[in-house]
Amino acid sequence: MEAADGHFTGIRVPAIAVKGLTKSFGSHLALRGVEFRVEAGEAVVIFGPNGAGKTTLIKILATIMNPSSGEVIINGLTTRDNAEKIRRGIGVITHQTFLYSNLTAFENLDFYCRLYDVPRPRERIEEVAATVDMTSRLHDRIGTLSRGMQQRLSIARALLHGPSILLLDEPETGLDQQAVAILRQAVTVEKGGRRTVVLTTHNLERGLELSDRLLILARGKIVFEKTTRTLDLSGLKEAYHQYTG
Amino acid sequence: MRRYFLPVLGLILMLVSLYMVFVYVPTEKEMGIVQRIFYLMVPMGWLALLSFLLVFIGSILYLVKRQARWDALAYSSAEVGLVATTGALVVGSLWARPIWGVWWTWEPRLTATLVLWFVYLAYFMVRSFAGEESRGARFAAVIGIVGFIDLPIVVLATTLWRGMHPGGVIFSGGLESRMLLTLLVSLAAFTVLYVVLLNLRLALKNAEMVLKQVQANKSETES
Amino acid sequence: MSFLRKALAITRKDILSEFRTREIIFSALLFALLVIITFNFAFGGSQETLSVVAPGILWVTFTFAGILSLNRSFVAEKEENCLEGLMVAPMSREVIYAGKTLGSLLFMIVIEIIALPVFAILFDLPVFSAQIVTVTLLATIGFVAVGTLFSALAVNTKAREMVLPILFLPVVVPVIISAVEASGLALSGEPWGELAPWLQILGAFDVIFLVVSFWVFSYAIEE
Repeated sequence: MEAADGHFTGIRVPAIAVKGLTKSFGSHLALRGVEFRVEAGEAVVIFGPNGAGKTTLIKILATIMNPSSGEVIINGLTTRDNAEKIRRGIGVITHQTFLYSNLTAFENLDFYCRLYDVPRPRERIEEVAATVDMTSRLHDRIGTLSRGMQQRLSIARALLHGPSILLLDEPETGLDQQAVAILRQAVTVEKGGRRTVVLTTHNLERGLELSDRLLILARGKIVFEKTTRTLDLSGLKEAYHQYTG
Repeated sequence: MRRYFLPVLGLILMLVSLYMVFVYVPTEKEMGIVQRIFYLMVPMGWLALLSFLLVFIGSILYLVKRQARWDALAYSSAEVGLVATTGALVVGSLWARPIWGVWWTWEPRLTATLVLWFVYLAYFMVRSFAGEESRGARFAAVIGIVGFIDLPIVVLATTLWRGMHPGGVIFSGGLESRMLLTLLVSLAAFTVLYVVLLNLRLALKNAEMVLKQVQANKSETES
Repeated sequence: MSFLRKALAITRKDILSEFRTREIIFSALLFALLVIITFNFAFGGSQETLSVVAPGILWVTFTFAGILSLNRSFVAEKEENCLEGLMVAPMSREVIYAGKTLGSLLFMIVIEIIALPVFAILFDLPVFSAQIVTVTLLATIGFVAVGTLFSALAVNTKAREMVLPILFLPVVVPVIISAVEASGLALSGEPWGELAPWLQILGAFDVIFLVVSFWVFSYAIEE
């Protein structure tokens, strides 16, 4: 219980701790010893070119994929042994919406409420729908909605169960202006305080805007780490090109 | 010295079994000379099963422990098993021709062997279609486990289907003692052959893995 | 409790989606009817021949219709990019297996409920008996138990739709044999006692493969 709160015998437990993480697909090494920590309430952006291993990393953090070696500790629990418990506290947003096109927005959200044991689903669905400004389209089928609307509903889906950690894998792909604004405000702030956010992107400007700290992932390793306050865009671009070639 | 022990033992056993099959063992009364193919067919069928048992064990251990060597074991055994199963089908067909006058008969054991052959093929196919090595190994392991557990049910169903009662003629006292001895020597010879082939295939598989690792490292330092 | 509730949520979602599109049931049913009619032409239409081959036709039809609908089970999930949505939800992978299996079972039963009367009319056979219903139910459970596992596996391979039948058909050989034999006995008015061995094989297959598939499912779906 203490661990879940982010506190354990007085020492602050990081929201996410990644240790010696490797992932191989046969003889191809996608991740080769990734190490980093994310403190509770911190927003971290991971930059990297295509094929750097960003999606693999997010999938491992989201417990969709198992690492080949190393471990991920989320709120003091290892993903290897506590995947189900950890999934309860995570929301995942990717460029795929995880919504069924034949069902209405409401039916989709209702389905996920059941999977996440959300109490009083009807109220909660209306609440998150209002957050992403989709209340009026709640009973339309997903297939009839625009890409931007679908993405906003995808954000709503990820927020349904009030996760303390949000994992975002290149979420800006296909997002409209409104969705980006929602992402920035509604997503990062939770009732009890700030959410922990891990975001991958190759859009340097947006990444800087959304984060407190940045990491650069290149060829399966973290090669650069800095807080965003001490870095401007031109400095970042320089560092990025230096490390990613 | 040690690495030649099994191949040499296998060779001696093979020669002895050949002598027994062609010279020592008496000709069967009803089927005649063709019946001697029996001493090749039974060991082939036995190897098909033994290989699949190893595939099964390797598959379980791979899924539980996720170590490449268990997959290498299952894979190598499956390759030997596919050869043995193909052999059993060909030999069975050669036997069926003079005895029943047809190349193929839906005799229960032959039918079960055919099903086993298709399961082996599925094992290799799913591996090559998986796109990525470790996924292919995982999928193949699933096939290896499901296929092996299915086998007794297949044998039961095909036996009942042809209206025959389960249980073989081999050890129910229906076999003359010299025939039984010849069969046992053949079985021993082929079992040793299996172990030799499996070891060779495993060594090759390990070499392949080392080579891939070297290539991966090389391409990394170049880039 | 939570396990069952979430599995039912998945089944409910699949049914709801099926109500909108009628994709699986409609296409599999149309396919089944076409197969039945094609066989009718293939076997010349003489009443005597047809009554002999009828059980075979019935089960070939259900097997292929089953492959068609089982394929959709996970292909639809993959095409909608929703499989990962299920995988990040707080539940074990086995919940997905249970929910999907139940959904496919219901779809298959609906297809069979519609196809059987058509079959009865075209072949003039008494298919509405407790025996036929029991055989059909047991065989269908066996189909979806294995089929759901292989469908999840096939969806992550190249040539998705091709992979399922190649994995599925050899493994369900005992189900097909038993279902055909038992249906044949039932159609010729044999008592339950005659069907018993086949029903036992079907029952054993169902139990074994529900357990095994349940256990290995997470390895088939994991990335």
